[in-house]
Amino acid sequence: MVRKIPYLIPLFVLVVLVWGMAYALLSGIDPAHVSSARLDKPVPEFTLPVFEARDAVLTTQDFKTTQGPVLVNFFASWCLPCKAEHAQLLKLAEKGVRIYGIAYKDDPEKLKTWLVKNPYFRTGLDASGRVAIDWGVSRVPETFVIDSEGIIRHQHSGPVLERDVETVILPLLREAGQ
Amino acid sequence: MTRIVLLLCLLVLTAPAFADDLDARAKNINQKLRCLVCQNESIDTSQADLAADLRQVVRERLEAGDSDEAVITYIHDRYGDFVLMRPPVKPATLLLWAGPAFIFLGGGFLLWRFHKKSQTQKKKPLTGAERALLRKILKEERR
Repeated sequence: MVRKIPYLIPLFVLVVLVWGMAYALLSGIDPAHVSSARLDKPVPEFTLPVFEARDAVLTTQDFKTTQGPVLVNFFASWCLPCKAEHAQLLKLAEKGVRIYGIAYKDDPEKLKTWLVKNPYFRTGLDASGRVAIDWGVSRVPETFVIDSEGIIRHQHSGPVLERDVETVILPLLREAGQ
Repeated sequence: MTRIVLLLCLLVLTAPAFADDLDARAKNINQKLRCLVCQNESIDTSQADLAADLRQVVRERLEAGDSDEAVITYIHDRYGDFVLMRPPVKPATLLLWAGPAFIFLGGGFLLWRFHKKSQTQKKKPLTGAERALLRKILKEERR
């Protein structure tokens, strides 16, 4: 029996590979997703003009004075998945979650239509996309959970879907609030 | 006189090695950074918007006086290990780096053992019973 072991190695390798691939395929993990390296670090230094008010700015400081965890949602009016998640963000805002929006390489004119229903507490305008780079964002939409001390706790890549609200976002907010 | 001119020409040709050529440094760095959209390309060759943005960031950091390493660290601070075309050698990536050598050696070992086994088998002479059987088979063949 012991002599048969070398012959079983290819079978063993096959089983391991199939299990690994099945898990990756069925779990819904996005293999192309690149995590931001800013996780568990403070919100990066930035200043952006704000959509809602002509002379206001959105800065790093705003995240150090929040009363609880907040969301930061990078989006764009030219991004199709962002349209899909817009309704979910409105739902979250109605539940009392504070969401800051950052419009990535967007046109304020187009935002006027997009934000007729505005889920955001404030919307920063990142016209050059440089602030997104500072946050380690590689695509839109991406949503970050920030705790009350201004530390980036989680990153949700891709749109916030209906099932994500209950299963991902709200639990993460609760966790960050502790 | 011609020798002096020749010498001067040769010296001029070595200039690229001495010049603090930002373009050359930028290209070198760009080739070491992965495009996060087209992930099998470097930002040097990728057509993606983000790649163009990152090339500009690299350019700006170089013009601000950063060293090559500082520029790469700047990008790495934002995107992590995956943005480097050459993954760093650390415990998490040890399997990636050591894997091929491991498989090569393992396979080579198995081949060697197989070769040795077939060698020893060749050296055993036929027993009397086996020789008789062989004769019988050959006789049947001839019919």
